[in-house]
Amino acid sequence: MAAEPSGTAEPAQVSVDMTTDLGSFRAANPIFTASGTAASGRELNQFFDVAALGGVVTKSVMMRPRAGRPTPRMAETPAGMLNSIGLQGPGIDAFCDHDLPWLVERGAKAVVSIAGGHVEDYRMLAHRLRDAPGVAMVEVNISCPNVEDRGQVFACDPWEASRVIRAVRGELAGKMPLFAKLSPDVTDIVEIAKACVDAGADGLSMINTLLGMSIDTTAMRPALAGITGGLSGPAIRPVAVRCVWQVHRAMPYIPILGMGGIMTGLDALEFILAGASAVSVGTAVFHDPSAPIRVLGELREALAERGFSRVSDAVGHAHRPPDPAPVPAPAVVAEPAVVEEADAEAAGELAADIADGDALADAELTDSDDAARSGGRT
Amino acid sequence: MRPVQVRAEVLSRKRLGAYHLVTLVAPGIGDTARPGQFVAVAVGGARTGLLLRRAFAIHTATPAGMYGGTVQFAVDVHGAGTAWIAELRQGDAVDVVGPLGTPFRLPARPVAAVLVGGGYGSAPLFPLAEALRARDCRVDVLLGAATAERIFAEMELKRASTSLRVTTDDGSAGHTGRVTDLLPAAIEKAKAGVVYACGPMAMLRACAEIADSYGIVCQVAVEESMACGIGVCMTCVLPIIGDDQVTRMARSCVEGPVFAADRVRWADLGTVPVDALGAGSIELTAGAT
Repeated sequence: MAAEPSGTAEPAQVSVDMTTDLGSFRAANPIFTASGTAASGRELNQFFDVAALGGVVTKSVMMRPRAGRPTPRMAETPAGMLNSIGLQGPGIDAFCDHDLPWLVERGAKAVVSIAGGHVEDYRMLAHRLRDAPGVAMVEVNISCPNVEDRGQVFACDPWEASRVIRAVRGELAGKMPLFAKLSPDVTDIVEIAKACVDAGADGLSMINTLLGMSIDTTAMRPALAGITGGLSGPAIRPVAVRCVWQVHRAMPYIPILGMGGIMTGLDALEFILAGASAVSVGTAVFHDPSAPIRVLGELREALAERGFSRVSDAVGHAHRPPDPAPVPAPAVVAEPAVVEEADAEAAGELAADIADGDALADAELTDSDDAARSGGRT
Repeated sequence: MRPVQVRAEVLSRKRLGAYHLVTLVAPGIGDTARPGQFVAVAVGGARTGLLLRRAFAIHTATPAGMYGGTVQFAVDVHGAGTAWIAELRQGDAVDVVGPLGTPFRLPARPVAAVLVGGGYGSAPLFPLAEALRARDCRVDVLLGAATAERIFAEMELKRASTSLRVTTDDGSAGHTGRVTDLLPAAIEKAKAGVVYACGPMAMLRACAEIADSYGIVCQVAVEESMACGIGVCMTCVLPIIGDDQVTRMARSCVEGPVFAADRVRWADLGTVPVDALGAGSIELTAGAT
């Protein structure tokens, strides 16, 4: 009988502490839905328990009901899609009467996304949410590309962005964390991020969709009725990771909710390594309605495989200084097992492989422990 | 019934005229599916760049039995996603969600019904015809398409109906002309109390107007392009008049695809009517940045 790996190759159900802090909101795990891809949670709850996520980020709610844009509102693009919904929604009254209580009843953590056309809209929305029971956090959407100004006014101007954030902060006071959702369509996202933090944002959600466009070559007209739309999906992931990286580098102690084309646990890990404390799974839901809960499981496994016992230790881990020159691992000489002669050579190779694998895992464990200590995270 | 997401297995995929007929072993979907509901299929395989699901009206569904529950639907190839489906082979795995959307509402008492199908819009009419016959309804079927090879499920519907007539634009089968040309006579002959229609929007609108002129009920299953099929993306909306007489941009995947024809704002499709809930305050300058 050939030698078999003695249980070491089994995907052990390693426990990883998945709790993560977004300002004063301690989430049970770092996987959230993304605004505008999960409505208010009900539909996805048919496929998995939305209360099992770190939080449900609702579709941006506005002061009044809004019909949105004409159709077609969507166009599929390479590894992504354009949407031009135009913030269709029931308005804050209906949201507080129907959607929010449902989330609270389910035990889900509600992250309420708010959007408006004027600073006063945002202030009034914050006023309504301040005393609404069950709001874990507010995400201020200053960057929707499907409104009149194409997200230009608030998201691209540090002064205008800070006016909105200051107004919302003033209403919420210290009751709940406030995250500003930023647009990647700016020259310097760090400048906008800093303005939002200075104005009182506890953290940053990055990124909203990129402004894009597609032309139907049969009709020879724009594919979307709204002409331009927001690009999402894996196509934008490298842009999103770059934004998270830059802002985390500039402000390492500001929590980031990262998003942009996350389809798998490794995609989520990429954002966390770049500096996100948590991530939103958005467009993936259109492909796979169970994506958020699947990504949570995959992320937990990926963290365990890399020797992390806490997700918080992985936040920003890609920013660590270069690794020191590797210390050669002591060669583990496998005890030659009692094998039949014909299999001896193969078994020897297998033993060597296992030894290598163990040495590698040890080295990784050591690295991450060092980083956790030097990073000073608790 | 709530929809389920299952990893289905292709039982068969065959060409049928201009279409492909796909049968999936999809436990949990066939058990609860009702006529008019649809499935949303992920396309392109594991590492695909095609993110959006493709929606197909359920043609036939069987509950769990010899094959563990099947669903069958017709596919018209017109892009990369449907082309991928057209290459599926027996035993291939497909991620499918269903049953989704609203079914056709059935009459409480026997009533004569005329069913109108455009192209492969006739797919959901077959289980509907069977359900109506089971309720002792007279069922007359009109099928229309551009060409003979785009007429779908003629044989099955012939079996499940009292009468069936075919029209084609080019005269390659049946009567030359539009399917709605035959609708007034069909309503009169059967003394029909209800029209059910599935097909292109222009055909649905014509059916709605003819039914209205006879003062009879009409239900339509709309074909709007969808991204998710489960009600979260808000792309498949159309203006629908609610019970409170207020027009809302309703999702055809959740509030539809079957609507009462007199609730659809036919003249305003593709627009947001100015009197729709939440319209007017915004975007008089759509796209003008």
